[in-house]
Amino acid sequence: MSGLIKSSIARKVAMALSGLFLVFFLLQHFSINFTSIFSPETFNELSHFMGTNPLVQFVLQPILIFGVVFHFVMGFVLEIRNRNARAVKYAKYNGGSNSSWMSRNMIFSGLVILAFLGLHFYDFWIPEMVHKYVEFAPEDATRYYPELVEKFVSPVRVGLYVVSFVFLALHLWHGFASSFQSVGFNNKYSVAATKFAKAFAVVIPLGFIIIALVLHFNHNH
Amino acid sequence: MNLTLKIWRQKDANSEGKMVDYPISGIEGDMSFLEMLDVLNEQLINKGEEPVVFDHDCREGICGSCSLQINGEPHGPDRLVTTCQLHMRMFNDGDTIFIEPFRAKAFPVIKDLMVDRSAFDRIQQAGGYVSVNTSGNTIDANAIPIEKENADDAFAAATCIGCGACVAACKNASAMLFTSAKVSQYALLPQGQVEATDRVLAMVKQMDDEGFGNCTNTGACEIECPKGISLENIARMNREYLSASLKG
Repeated sequence: MSGLIKSSIARKVAMALSGLFLVFFLLQHFSINFTSIFSPETFNELSHFMGTNPLVQFVLQPILIFGVVFHFVMGFVLEIRNRNARAVKYAKYNGGSNSSWMSRNMIFSGLVILAFLGLHFYDFWIPEMVHKYVEFAPEDATRYYPELVEKFVSPVRVGLYVVSFVFLALHLWHGFASSFQSVGFNNKYSVAATKFAKAFAVVIPLGFIIIALVLHFNHNH
Repeated sequence: MNLTLKIWRQKDANSEGKMVDYPISGIEGDMSFLEMLDVLNEQLINKGEEPVVFDHDCREGICGSCSLQINGEPHGPDRLVTTCQLHMRMFNDGDTIFIEPFRAKAFPVIKDLMVDRSAFDRIQQAGGYVSVNTSGNTIDANAIPIEKENADDAFAAATCIGCGACVAACKNASAMLFTSAKVSQYALLPQGQVEATDRVLAMVKQMDDEGFGNCTNTGACEIECPKGISLENIARMNREYLSASLKG
């Protein structure tokens, strides 16, 4: 077991499992956000539940934060180790002939997502934590939708969100499908699983983009 | 055809190397890539210059000796061939061709284009074998029934010639395809089961100790492998390794 912790395969599996966990979180986050464009009441109810339920706040939220931090710290560790594994670079390296741009640039798409998380935390998570656990402000179950709409008034912020979701799609395009391979799943169902993962990589970020645009343009009218 | 070759020249393992330009003419499309380098070396020797050192042996695509990163791809732009089987008809008159050694920290350059791939030998020695009692009561391998599909997959994995193209192609210089082929060829057969747990743990440990990078599933290795070794082997090794770790 001690060898397991230090091994390249264990790191690869850990990267895949934390990534799969974040994919599930993304789906849950998307589902709740999606309600905001057709039923503000439902969005408020779900947000109030997520924001006040002790299980979500004090068990799931710390697990999620750990998952996010683990995934990007491990991503940096792997990137550094992998760069060191080839000390002298090729004068000519034709990576495009044998692999996708997405698979070779996970660190860059990941860094864009990390920068986006900074903005996203500044926009929503930090004000939420301050509201609840610093100011101990009284809970208003109808505050969530107006707070959301207000954030998407600025076209600059909407633009930043849209660009970030494009990079999220690029990251998921390789990451989600390749996580199956990492955990050892490569069999007759792999073609179908890969198609599902690639569809997910396009549909979910595209959905987030649509939500941001709908909220922005609805407000302007 | 007339070509410009940009070749990595390095005096020895401890010297700095650099790319050097060599114009060459009169190359026929039917020549192999190594024959083209033979022509260059004859010209260099006639001029009193040091010939370019490169790995080669059988020149039949089976020994795994020849290497070379050609225009940014191991064994050049063709598929399912080694450099010795790469024909010059894949190139056009006037082309500039970059020729570099396979690059990885675990494959140090010995001289010019020749690299030390003994890291692969050490991975193999760590567990890439079955211990057979040859004292007189050995069971004929053909007497053991093996599922056709497993026999085929084991054979396909065993066609790995250990050339190192997978490492050279990988952006991370990972040796997962090679190691997984060597693990798989035994993991799929009944004869390999006895030592299966120790084998995968020891071979992966040796692979990591040699300083190869981590696999990030780009799939470049499978595309560039002259023997078409499948990524399925890597998934199989991941499964074997995880179950062996939990057992051990």
